[in-house]
Amino acid sequence: MSLLTAPRSAKAKPEETRSASEIRADKRRGRVGYLLILPGFIFMLLFFVLPVFSLLATSLYTKPPGADIGQFVPALQFSNYAAVLGSYWPELVRSFAFALIATVAALAIGYPMAYLVAVRLRGRKLLQGILLVLIIAPFFTSFILRTQAWKQILADEGPVVAVLRAMALLPEDGRLTATAFAVVCGLTYNFLPFMTLPIYANLERLDTRLIEAGGDLYANSFTTFRTVTLPLSMPGVIAGTLLTFIPASGDYINAALLGNNQNTTMIGQVIDSRFFRVVDYPGASALSFVLMLAILFLVILYVRRFGTKELL
Amino acid sequence: MTMVQTKPESPNTDADDQGADLRLAAITKRFGGFLAVDNLDLEIPAASFFALLGPSGCGKTTTLRMIAGLEQPTSGSMSIGGKDITGTSAHERPVNTVFQNYALFPHMSVLDNVAFGLKRRKIRDHQAKAKQALELVELGHLSARRPAQLSGGQQQRVALARAIVNEPALLLLDEPLGALDMKLRRQMQGELKRIQTDIGLTFVHVTHDQEEAMTMADTVAVMNQGQVEQLGAPRELYELPRTAFVANFLGKSNLVAGEIIEDRGDAVVISAGGNRLAVRKDRSTTHQGKALIGIRPEKLRMMWPADAPADGSNILRGRVLDSSFTGVSTEYLVEVAGIGPVGVFSQNHGQQLAAPGDDVVLTWDTAHAFGLDGDEDTQAGAREAEAAAT
Repeated sequence: MSLLTAPRSAKAKPEETRSASEIRADKRRGRVGYLLILPGFIFMLLFFVLPVFSLLATSLYTKPPGADIGQFVPALQFSNYAAVLGSYWPELVRSFAFALIATVAALAIGYPMAYLVAVRLRGRKLLQGILLVLIIAPFFTSFILRTQAWKQILADEGPVVAVLRAMALLPEDGRLTATAFAVVCGLTYNFLPFMTLPIYANLERLDTRLIEAGGDLYANSFTTFRTVTLPLSMPGVIAGTLLTFIPASGDYINAALLGNNQNTTMIGQVIDSRFFRVVDYPGASALSFVLMLAILFLVILYVRRFGTKELL
Repeated sequence: MTMVQTKPESPNTDADDQGADLRLAAITKRFGGFLAVDNLDLEIPAASFFALLGPSGCGKTTTLRMIAGLEQPTSGSMSIGGKDITGTSAHERPVNTVFQNYALFPHMSVLDNVAFGLKRRKIRDHQAKAKQALELVELGHLSARRPAQLSGGQQQRVALARAIVNEPALLLLDEPLGALDMKLRRQMQGELKRIQTDIGLTFVHVTHDQEEAMTMADTVAVMNQGQVEQLGAPRELYELPRTAFVANFLGKSNLVAGEIIEDRGDAVVISAGGNRLAVRKDRSTTHQGKALIGIRPEKLRMMWPADAPADGSNILRGRVLDSSFTGVSTEYLVEVAGIGPVGVFSQNHGQQLAAPGDDVVLTWDTAHAFGLDGDEDTQAGAREAEAAAT
């Protein structure tokens, strides 16, 4: 059997031409667009751009000799950065490590959940609705309360520890609270909806005929997932991982409630205590700035590696 | 060549895979309480262009999906080239599909789309083969594009290339031209037929467009309510429909109910509304009692009462109710006493046209009439044909 035959000419469609009235309408739409964006723009300017500059300025302040606690004067003391980085780099690294593990865990839990609701249960509106509400339900309770609840669940006297000890998966004096494990669990749990929902929103639009086409073209279900479903859902995965990783790396509630004071301290806790307990505004600001830049750097690396054109 | 079970890597290692016959035996498919395909037996010979024609909901797409392995039959079995494939999944079958809306992978280039099946089967130089298939559909110059950057007709060709590049035992086409405009559809019909003849693959084509089925296929199976009504060459189906559904769905028919009153040996005479209408026995499914007699509108000759034979069989006297001139022909609706309105399709020979209100006489050759069972509904399939045409 040969696939070779003489080709015939394929007719190309002429390029679409746009009329003047269409272009005018586009311009009008453009103006309305700018007007609509104005409130958001002003908001971001007042509550994001200006504070960032204020933060940057504060991070360079210096404490004059003999000043009171919390008294600083404007300066350009770049050594603030070296000082906080020198003291707190382990917490910074740990924050990113915890956030990374929590993001991977949330992806491993959230993707199958999103796939189940969006693809497997497609067309079964009631069941989909119930499951979506269940995914969002944790938001009806406050973040701190939920984390506090995890403290109870993982407590030394709690059922989880008892069962794990009985099964010898945990030594007799082993515990879950006040460990890195508990902190990562808390982070994973608290940010899981942020992972699941963007992936769901993406998979919900997935054309299941493409999955059938994969099967038709000799790909088994795993290969079809790897070559069709996953690549097509990457925008959702990127959005979900960013929405999980960024807040998780700056989080301090989980570490404060579920961790201990030695080896689970995250950078958010340090910034919190620098600001409100030690009253070292320049140090706290410098740390905040470092955290922001580090996240930005990591995110750009990540999106460049895995991202799609739509994101960058 | 060794006999190997069909595997994703080697759907074509079997010599008899190429151009293998497809056999469906007593296939039934239920969706909950709905019977989509009802005890279907079908044999599709190798290298044929086979069309499954029917109105929407007749079970033709379900049949196709079961052949592809995208649905499993509730009961029954199917085989390709004598090898049982019942229960295997889509990726294990030497079958490829051109999907209705093409289902091209939007995140891959046109070339990667076409190479997809080859890569899964670890075929060497898949890029070169894919390129060759794209040349076949005249899209070699667009291989780097994404599907979204192509027109509908071009996407259609890519979908075709993506399927035929695998040289499957069977190529399934699920209403592949449905999304194209009329002109492009006609062009693609010719092209599909050419490609099928050139590469000698077995094509199974699902469509609701009777003209498309008749132009392209060697064999047409008309499906209705999960069953095959009639199967045969397009000409055979058209000239000698065996059910009222086929008579009305495939082209138009005048079906007249009557009673068989005389046996002439090779023909029977049916009395309908006081008229004597003859039909050959070998063209009738019934030879006594109640019967339907069918005549295609273009087989009717219309003449002025003065020119008509005085008496005999196959003569209907009536009055023109309506006429519409289409250029090559004129379509008339003639009211015949005791029978009702009869459609006539009269070719433009330059003759004088009849106007509404004119008295006319209709005659035809006995060889052109066909007889159907008397308890059939004269309107069966007419509504479906109308729905399929829009």
